[in-house]
Amino acid sequence: MYEGIVQSLIDELGRLPGVGPKGAQRIAFHLLATDATDVRRLASVLVEVTERVRFCRICGNVAEEEECRICRDPRRDASVICVVEEPKDIAAIEKIREFRGRYHVLGGAISPIDGIGPDDLRTRELMVRLSDGAVTEVILATNPNLEGEATATYLARLLKPLGLRVTRPASGLPVGGDLEYADEVTLGRAFEGRRLLDV
Amino acid sequence: MHLTRLALTDFRSYAAAELALGPGVSTLLGANGQGKTNVVEAAGYVSTLGSHRVGTDAPLVRRGAERAILRAAITSAERDSLVEIEINPGRANRARVNRVAVPRPRQVLGVLRTVLFAPEDLALVKGDPDQRRRYLDELLVARAPRFAGVRSDYERVVRQRTALLKSARARTGSRGFGRARPSGPDAAGDPLGDEAASPAGMGLAGALDAWDEHLAVKGAELLAGRLVLTAALRPLLTRSYAAVSGDDVAATITYRQRGSARSEATAGEAADRDEPPAGDPPADRAQLAQGLREALARSRPDELERGVCLVGPHRDDLDLGIGELPSRGYASHGESWSMALALRLSGFELLRADGDDPVLLLDDVFAELDTGRRDRLASLVAGAEQVLVTAAVPEDVPAALQGTRFSVADGAVTHAG
Repeated sequence: MYEGIVQSLIDELGRLPGVGPKGAQRIAFHLLATDATDVRRLASVLVEVTERVRFCRICGNVAEEEECRICRDPRRDASVICVVEEPKDIAAIEKIREFRGRYHVLGGAISPIDGIGPDDLRTRELMVRLSDGAVTEVILATNPNLEGEATATYLARLLKPLGLRVTRPASGLPVGGDLEYADEVTLGRAFEGRRLLDV
Repeated sequence: MHLTRLALTDFRSYAAAELALGPGVSTLLGANGQGKTNVVEAAGYVSTLGSHRVGTDAPLVRRGAERAILRAAITSAERDSLVEIEINPGRANRARVNRVAVPRPRQVLGVLRTVLFAPEDLALVKGDPDQRRRYLDELLVARAPRFAGVRSDYERVVRQRTALLKSARARTGSRGFGRARPSGPDAAGDPLGDEAASPAGMGLAGALDAWDEHLAVKGAELLAGRLVLTAALRPLLTRSYAAVSGDDVAATITYRQRGSARSEATAGEAADRDEPPAGDPPADRAQLAQGLREALARSRPDELERGVCLVGPHRDDLDLGIGELPSRGYASHGESWSMALALRLSGFELLRADGDDPVLLLDDVFAELDTGRRDRLASLVAGAEQVLVTAAVPEDVPAALQGTRFSVADGAVTHAG
């Protein structure tokens, strides 16, 4: 245990995801040894972020205004919505630079063990967005793990009566990788989803 | 395959112990409480990542130590391997194969294959269904390690679904709200009462549907594996039982799905239960999944009322029979032992038929058996590539299985010729 404020700093840092007690201590002492202006800049960014950043009223992505950059962009295709668990998934998909539709952030996945049901996610907001009939395809890009799959199944059933095209990204072998390094679950999925080579 | 070296660090009673082993029979002798079983348990752990004695890892670590380490050198027809496992109770275990860390300890499964005989095996015949499910699943994983993943995925679906059923039950009180369902959505105390509040009126039923689907798909995969395995064991069990008991009666094994339409039909015709077992349902995954979906739909009211997951391979059982009678409840002590030994022997024969001989571990079983069974078992296993036997006194071990001797005393294992 360290004296008062230093220990409080370590405790606060230790609450961050991916930071253990040792890491928290290391960051704390790094901050103490760093130039005061750098630390102030970090502090002001932290404050600014909490004041300025909010969540897009339409899709739930992080935004600095009422609506996020993607929802405001008239060039984006309003007929396709890609449903993801977290805002960071949007950043990942945006890196493809090919998806021109819009997004919808659920804010997690269904997990009864953690007490998260469909009503704790932004499903209602999604249904509202789909009600005007402008959307023709919904891509369910939740994580390919158990909870993500269950969430996708739930949403697929929910959306079925609307008569939309409901799709899910393929699972399979990583591009540029070696077959021998793929784990058996991924390989099994890849074999299940094999496609006819039309030459 | 066989073990050439087994080293234990802070495992059970051992601060440090190392055994150099060769093919053939090795016998560990020592008074009770000296740590013979711990050695066999260690070998079993390297092969299954679990103990046959306890369900958690904490008791495996020597008192006062933080972690236990097991090292096993294995020689098989294909290659030599060194498996190292660090057991960290309460945290993730770590493993290395040939000095390379593997991302998941699960990946060491299949490197060492063992078949363990222990006094606890009597529970395979006399105990609860979970013992028999575990028997099947361990064999399944030993044959095809990918089933370790299937099994843990399935268990997670069951946990998630159970949590959902429990919370649904808590929300509506313990009234049998599931039964209120047929009376219409506007009935008082309706199970799906939160329908209006949830998007598009799916509510609890919709969330359950999603988990049902995953339970059916993952469950069907596990089920298919178990059914194929049961069919493969059937002829081996009949043969092993005859060989170990010396009796001329047919031992039978049938997989029983609880809650399926099939078993309900059998329960309905309980009077004519003495008809021969109908054999296994087809092991086609799509068909099995459909069967599970239907069973889930049928039992949903019950599940909602009780807050537990009542359908799926986690509720199934193996029916073991001796002649015309089920072994549970009817078999004598001797017959029960013959059945338990026959189950293990069939597992051994099955793994052996897949290729390499698994390592046989016989933990204190001879003391439990009469002379006839003892000698027949000894002659059945004597031809295995490697056998590890533990016994309190040399007289317990049949002459055919003496081999290399180790003496175990005060937490140390010494070569005794």
